[in-house]
Amino acid sequence: MSTLVLLTMTGLGLGALYFLIASGLSLIFGLMDVLNFAHGALLSIGAYGTWWAASGNLPGAGPGGAGFVLAVLFGTAVGTAAAVLLELAVVRPLYTRPREQVLATVGVGLAVPALLSGIWGPDARTFPGPEALSGTFGLLGAQVPVNRLVLIAAAVVVLVALRLFLGRTRHGLVVRAGVEDRAMVTALGIDVRRAFTLVFAIGGCAAALGGALGGLYFGSVDPRQGTSLLIFAFVVVVTGGMGSVTGAAVASVVIGLVQQFANYYTAAGLGDLAVVVLLAALLLIRPRGLTGRLA
Amino acid sequence: MSTPTTETHERTEGPVTPAPRAGTPRLLRWWPAAVLLLLVVAPFSAVPVPGLLDGPLGSAGSLQLLATCLLFGALATGYDLLLGRTGLLSFGHALYFASGSYATNVFLLEAGLPFALAAVLGLLFGIALALVLGSVSLRVTGIGFSMVTLAFAQAGSILVSRNPGGITGGEEGRAAPAGLLPSWLVGIDHTANLYWIALAYLVLTLSVVAWAVRSPTGRVWEGIKENERRVEVLGLKPYGFKLTAFVVAGALAALGGIVHLLLTGGSTPQTTTSDFTLSLLVMVVLGGSGTRWGPMVGGILYTWADHRLGDLAGSGTVADLPAVLRVPLSQPLFLLGVLFVAVVHLLPGGLARLPSRLRAVAHRKETADQ
Repeated sequence: MSTLVLLTMTGLGLGALYFLIASGLSLIFGLMDVLNFAHGALLSIGAYGTWWAASGNLPGAGPGGAGFVLAVLFGTAVGTAAAVLLELAVVRPLYTRPREQVLATVGVGLAVPALLSGIWGPDARTFPGPEALSGTFGLLGAQVPVNRLVLIAAAVVVLVALRLFLGRTRHGLVVRAGVEDRAMVTALGIDVRRAFTLVFAIGGCAAALGGALGGLYFGSVDPRQGTSLLIFAFVVVVTGGMGSVTGAAVASVVIGLVQQFANYYTAAGLGDLAVVVLLAALLLIRPRGLTGRLA
Repeated sequence: MSTPTTETHERTEGPVTPAPRAGTPRLLRWWPAAVLLLLVVAPFSAVPVPGLLDGPLGSAGSLQLLATCLLFGALATGYDLLLGRTGLLSFGHALYFASGSYATNVFLLEAGLPFALAAVLGLLFGIALALVLGSVSLRVTGIGFSMVTLAFAQAGSILVSRNPGGITGGEEGRAAPAGLLPSWLVGIDHTANLYWIALAYLVLTLSVVAWAVRSPTGRVWEGIKENERRVEVLGLKPYGFKLTAFVVAGALAALGGIVHLLLTGGSTPQTTTSDFTLSLLVMVVLGGSGTRWGPMVGGILYTWADHRLGDLAGSGTVADLPAVLRVPLSQPLFLLGVLFVAVVHLLPGGLARLPSRLRAVAHRKETADQ
């Protein structure tokens, strides 16, 4: 029973991390048809930003208490700024060439981890976290690490915030309409391109937050972390339907749990394999599933 | 008045050779043969190439680097058969390359087969894999196809690093058994032989691609790239043609994997990763997708830069620079990534378009002057 609880909580924590990456990825693809290969890099930027601030480089920030919250905010802000910069400088000039947009993000996805490893070295760095989050708590007889809860809570907050934004605000309405039919929104005289920067900012913010809290989950940061998580985020996006935030949430929970349980109860690594095969199978069974709708 | 007559003359002479541009001496058309000749005799030369290579041209180290460059030039050319000729964006090309390398190695190590037989079986394995996975992947189109190929390649990568039954060697990879390879392919003294093999592979790939894109099937590929729906309307089924391109490219990649096995003396899991495919993509776009020489130039340039920029970073000139310049310059992948983004933005069509663009600029200036 305790193993089951631990696996479930770890799977949910992993799923929460996937959701933080995949929600932005899904919105960006849904609205702009750009598969953002630099999304993992945004996560890495958030992770390194938080690590840098929490290591005492930012006045006021530190590894414990309010200082850590500030560090996470700083990392998230840096990641958001990087995402906006990415959209304005790299993606926007290629607006008329969709395939080149994807290629350009591939280039950024290669360059950013290389730059990070140039500055801070290619090896993993220990991630400083507050005492309160490094312990465990008892749940139905299992000792569950607290950081799983933090990730799950963050993912729930992001999900609720995104749903409120998409459902209750005018900008959210434009984004939803743009995912549904971009040409029609443009024909109605609304400049969809302004929404592009917005979804990039939202996606970058969520991914950077994922990076900051992923540092707690993994206990360390390394330059290639984001890129290796990206493939699982792709699985989530495809499973949940492109452009659907709720779909991404459900899919990330399923993927996280499947991966954890398969890795534990069969050979290690088989869970990863199962998830990847699931991606191929899903795409083949419902090839139209890529054009999801927002819910 | 004279220009049209020359053109007709050229056409009757041979429909295959492209008519030379006005003002281009006929001899210049033979530059590929001249370059090939130079490359063939390179191992006999002791000319130092300061800056470009570490030692003299014919030294083992230089030949090894040159052979790697030629190998990747060929790989990029083969990959472009999908990307630039048929319009298929595959993120799983590394799988077929790695399968050629790993399958051959496993046949050598586990079955103890002679190299020639193991290589043939390795190639056949790569082709069979491309045929099976290609026929499944091509059921979806567009970005879905890219992601299915990515998923399959990632599954292969996980399998290799999981080391089932100890046959792939996991994270370490596996060295090829020197005892089972022909003696003229083993050891630093025989680097020149490996270099010629890499060169032969490049020539073969260029010939196959050039021949394939001119064949009737190649015409259909071009049509699929331009507008798949229109090809369908013409009564042709794109699926079979796309599968042909996928299998031909997969076979070329598997063959490249075998050459890589010989060149590096083993199979490494790095060749199975999606990063490997992405680097092929960067090479192709850098050089010029859909052109005859572009992918090769991109592959050679990328591989050379990847090796040499690392050495450059260790040199005194870079080490003395302030950190702001030193750190980015010491990361070859950073420079290549930035260069790639710059090419995508500023030079659509890649380096292969550079001459014609410069000519256009010069021409515009000329007409403006008149």
